Amino acid sequence: MATSLSARAGLVSLALLLAFLLTWQVAVGGTAKTEAMDPEYAALMGQSATTGKSAMPGPLDVGATLWKHLKDPFYDRGPNDKGLGIQLAYSIGRVALGYGLAVLVAIPIGFLIGMSPLMSRALDPFIQLLKPVSPLAWMPLALYTIKDSGLSAIFVIFICSLWPMLINTAFGVAGTRREWLNVARTLEVGPFRRAVTVILPAAAPTILTGMRISIGIAWLVIVAAEMLVGGTGIGYFVWNEWNNLSITNVITSILVIGLVGMILDQLLARAQALVTFPE
Amino acid sequence: MATLLPFRFRSPEPTGDARMSSQTMPSSEKFISIEGIARRYPGPGGKSTTVFENLWLPMRRGEFVCMIGHSGCGKTTVLNILAGLEAPSEGVVIVDGQAIEGTSLDRAVIFQGHALLPWRTVLGNVAYAVSSRWRKAAKAEVTARARKAIATVGLAGSEHKRPSELSGGMKQRVGIARALAIEPKILLMDEPFSALDALTRGTLQDEVRRICVETGQTVFMITHDVDEAIYLADRIVLMTNGPQAKVAEIVENPLPKARDRTQLHHAPGYYALRNHLMDFLVSRSKTLRDAMPAGYDPRHPPVIRPSISEADAATPSADTAPARRA
Repeated sequence: MATSLSARAGLVSLALLLAFLLTWQVAVGGTAKTEAMDPEYAALMGQSATTGKSAMPGPLDVGATLWKHLKDPFYDRGPNDKGLGIQLAYSIGRVALGYGLAVLVAIPIGFLIGMSPLMSRALDPFIQLLKPVSPLAWMPLALYTIKDSGLSAIFVIFICSLWPMLINTAFGVAGTRREWLNVARTLEVGPFRRAVTVILPAAAPTILTGMRISIGIAWLVIVAAEMLVGGTGIGYFVWNEWNNLSITNVITSILVIGLVGMILDQLLARAQALVTFPE
Repeated sequence: MATLLPFRFRSPEPTGDARMSSQTMPSSEKFISIEGIARRYPGPGGKSTTVFENLWLPMRRGEFVCMIGHSGCGKTTVLNILAGLEAPSEGVVIVDGQAIEGTSLDRAVIFQGHALLPWRTVLGNVAYAVSSRWRKAAKAEVTARARKAIATVGLAGSEHKRPSELSGGMKQRVGIARALAIEPKILLMDEPFSALDALTRGTLQDEVRRICVETGQTVFMITHDVDEAIYLADRIVLMTNGPQAKVAEIVENPLPKARDRTQLHHAPGYYALRNHLMDFLVSRSKTLRDAMPAGYDPRHPPVIRPSISEADAATPSADTAPARRA
């Protein structure tokens, strides 16, 4: 076969996409039976009642809406009408802040746990207890103590990003090969230089795995958190459009949320590839 | 032809004769002195397992000492104690007049599994050691020293390769370069060639021998390989089986310092030495553990110097026979 595997896989992907879009279009394109009704009453009703058209938008409707959003992503016409770009920027900003704070806390504590068996055992019950708590369960407590919905959302992102990074950092640090540590010891390398020149590079791939898991979770949680706190963000946008019964916008935002999540994941994957060493 | 002069072969059988009181190294000659070290591990029920105890071993400056023994006799532990990676349960190690405490840049280790940092290049690995030795050295000087060490082991041109791009033998060469680059007083090698194929092992043994003879490096090496010990060592330390391992004897290598690998097995005394070592590994390492000969003094393990002997006469190599008779 002359064509490469990836080219063929791409072809299959494209075929599946077309089949899906076609099925979607056909499923929502038909008209159902309508009953004759008073024209004045009909004027009050939606298209699905009067013409039998499905209330579910087709791919063409979604495409048109998506294009409209992409053309003008940053408009701001009041609190309930902001461009998709602005909403996404709010969400990404919150994730960046919460996630960044989590990195600053998780990696040093992970080093501590990984290097000290005492701290590892001492902190283990706390981590085991807090790790399984749904991040949204923290929301009321955050709202009560922080008294700011925006900051509370950031806190929720912080707390949900923390655990995978913490556990992976500790695991990577504790798993540094004994022989590499012995090399540092025979060279009389001090503890700080050893942590930076031996343990950090050795644990970096594992740490990045944790960071990648965390960014995925953070992006999952931000949508839910913003639905709760409201005001701005892509999560709020989805909920607002549900209240507006704009299924087109809901589907559009699902697509965009998926796209941004994918980009974030790929960024971390690139970073991971940079620090991974072949053996 | 001094080495061809016949000297009395001391029987390896415990006869309790003069060899027990034999050559004690004068303290002025001792560069390294292992003095009564022991290593015990806590066992079940509060008991402890003694790998070895009351182990004494002196080494001269510039000497190549090989330690041979079966697995579990604590060879690696002795090396780790010399390196400072482990602390002895009892006793001290004195190097150059000072009791050692922990690791030191004066004692470089060549690890069995090369232990290169895989995220660093060849140059990076060696330079890491150099910059640890000379903390304040300029980058150019560090690089120059590292390059020199890499060239010494014959890897010039591979400076920017990563360990994963190197063969097993090349990796171990980098390990040797890293150890040499810091100009240690002592080189400690823990079965450095055991993971390599026979051809590569031979070449690396040649390189190590050349470098050590040229620089007068003091070396302590652990090996399983009798031929490796014969080729490299000035003295060979035989350990009985563990636990409770002891230094059974120290065998002085009668072969001339200028050795040629290809002609080694024709050298007079080679087979006597080899048979002696093999006999030890096959049977005496066990019998001696169970019962050391009368008069055995762990502070002064017997020193043996096998010579041209009956054992050599029985060797398959015919061409050495005339030389011996001459």
